[in-house]
Amino acid sequence: MARLEIDNLTKAFGSVPVFNGITLNVERSETVAVYGRSGCGKSTLLSILSGALPAGGGDIRIDGRSIIDAQPEERDIGMAFQNFALYPHMNAFDNIASPLRGRKKPPQDINERVEATAKLLKIDNVLSHFPQEISNGQRQRTSLARALVAEPAVLLLDDPLRNVDAKLRYEMRLEMPNLFRRFQSSVIYVTQDSREAMALADRIAILHNGQFIQVGPPQDVYEFPRTAEVGRLLGDPAINLFPCETMVRGDSLFVNPVNFPVNITGRYQLPSTSKYLAGVRPEDISMSVAPSANSHSIEATIESITLSNIRSVFVVKTTTGEKMTVSCPEEETQQYATKQRIYVYFPEEKVSLFSPDNERLIKQNPSN
Amino acid sequence: MNCPPLREMLKKTRLFDALTTAAYALALLVVVLFFLFPIFWVLLMSFQTHADILRSPPSLFFTPTLDNYAAIFAGKMETSTGTQDITFLRNLGNSALLSSLSVLLALVLGVPAAYAFARYKFRLGEDIAFTLLSFRFAPPLLVLLPMALYFGKLGLNDSYLSLIWVYQLIVLPLVLWIIRGYFEDIDPNIEHAYRLDGNSWGATFLKVSIPLARPGIAAAALLAFIFAWNNFIFALVLASAAKQPVTVGALLFVTGSGIQYGYIAAATALSVAPILMLALFLQRHLVEGLSLGAVKG
Repeated sequence: MARLEIDNLTKAFGSVPVFNGITLNVERSETVAVYGRSGCGKSTLLSILSGALPAGGGDIRIDGRSIIDAQPEERDIGMAFQNFALYPHMNAFDNIASPLRGRKKPPQDINERVEATAKLLKIDNVLSHFPQEISNGQRQRTSLARALVAEPAVLLLDDPLRNVDAKLRYEMRLEMPNLFRRFQSSVIYVTQDSREAMALADRIAILHNGQFIQVGPPQDVYEFPRTAEVGRLLGDPAINLFPCETMVRGDSLFVNPVNFPVNITGRYQLPSTSKYLAGVRPEDISMSVAPSANSHSIEATIESITLSNIRSVFVVKTTTGEKMTVSCPEEETQQYATKQRIYVYFPEEKVSLFSPDNERLIKQNPSN
Repeated sequence: MNCPPLREMLKKTRLFDALTTAAYALALLVVVLFFLFPIFWVLLMSFQTHADILRSPPSLFFTPTLDNYAAIFAGKMETSTGTQDITFLRNLGNSALLSSLSVLLALVLGVPAAYAFARYKFRLGEDIAFTLLSFRFAPPLLVLLPMALYFGKLGLNDSYLSLIWVYQLIVLPLVLWIIRGYFEDIDPNIEHAYRLDGNSWGATFLKVSIPLARPGIAAAALLAFIFAWNNFIFALVLASAAKQPVTVGALLFVTGSGIQYGYIAAATALSVAPILMLALFLQRHLVEGLSLGAVKG
């Protein structure tokens, strides 16, 4: 039995459906990142789980106990909010102590646990300060401490790093997995940042059109997106999607994204259609100033370069007018300039084929 | 280029700034004088004899006397036609009783109602809230006569209860609409976080919502108290002399032998004092409220 079970949950606002029966299990000490475009219902999901909004149907269980009709205070859930939602009339200590007081813990226990949690989150020096007297980062840590201190069965985090600066976000991304492990909570982490989802989660659940379209470990979801939308969502910059058609050459079957022949003979369980979408991640495309001697490459011109300290992003245009995004390590960037003629190449095995009508991934044959 | 040197421009700017500040100060002074002069004059009158007050032209120089105040506290006033009783102290007590009980009742009814209007969307919610507000702009006389008949039937004529009831028409909409805004400004996540901490709805309302709306509640209570204190027409029609507040009680100073300006001035000074003290006392809460609002979220 999983710690948290979301079972066929539905919700609609008037006649507009938000969830058409979603199911997700979260184990003890597991972090699941719920990721999707803004407005896809991520925060609504947290509101339903925490009892701020009623569910339409289905069930939610914590350790086998249904909480769908329980009051928020009966759910044993801790939550950290995007805007922190600290109590402005209480100092940091009282903010953090609140869940312990609500659970009627003895005063001595409260003092010890608040101090230990504050120390762990490095805010033990601001415990006597009010929320308006501390920095954004300290507020964020206070809000996290408040969510964690009572060691709730389930921890809901609503984009908690959205309102903090980049440096702190990076720091917290490193710290949070350890914290969650220490408190053994089942964590649902809602975020709009694909890198954050990839970095923090044991599994990612992609929410789209009222459904989890894919749930799995970050690397799996990234490498094998079940639909083109998952590919678009996960990855920064987003996956390149090229329309292509099948062609037969001799005994082999090819597709031709951007006129680049990709041999797919025997690899896919192809439906009867001949048109597809070929997806290639920007980092799987190689770029060179001269055509590659031992492989087929496509001629293109660099349209724009966006420098970054890890990987720079290029937008290039092929001779047939199609644009694609390429990312390459920062140290290789110097040899390129805009308007420069270059050659691009991608390995056949890095191409994912999607059906053009429902954008679903075409299944590969088991041997592959 | 034919530009004036930078220093000249700066000088001009500084001069301009100084002139603007002076103009603002002057304008403020005019406004302050305009509003405070009547109060100042009433205060002066309260220390003057009847003859001094009626002297033409009026003068700022006179021999101050405490006779007016002494008469009010003694409950007897001397007029040219003889000695009359003054019920002013009783009126003052009535004012305090009626205003504070009215505000208390309005807070007990209005704070939960304001919270409901702020947090929950329900059928006809806005219409009900607006109807309550409309009591504020309905002419008092429109409701007075039906109310008088109504209270007569209920046997409540000339009672404190009926006055407090009617005062709700003035104070309840005020309390409701001011505090509603403050509740709307509280982030619902803060309340929800407190419930997730293991607290019931009621505890959340008492420990989070009300403390956070406290500046609004203080402001609304103060304004409601002033409005109730200043009311004239309801008590004039609905209450007998024994239950009338100072506003109606002051009519006693219009006697057969003329208007007793000195006593009126002393009575006015005495009846303004509680409101002024209350405002000064609550000012701290009002300022606190503004600064709390500034760092919201």
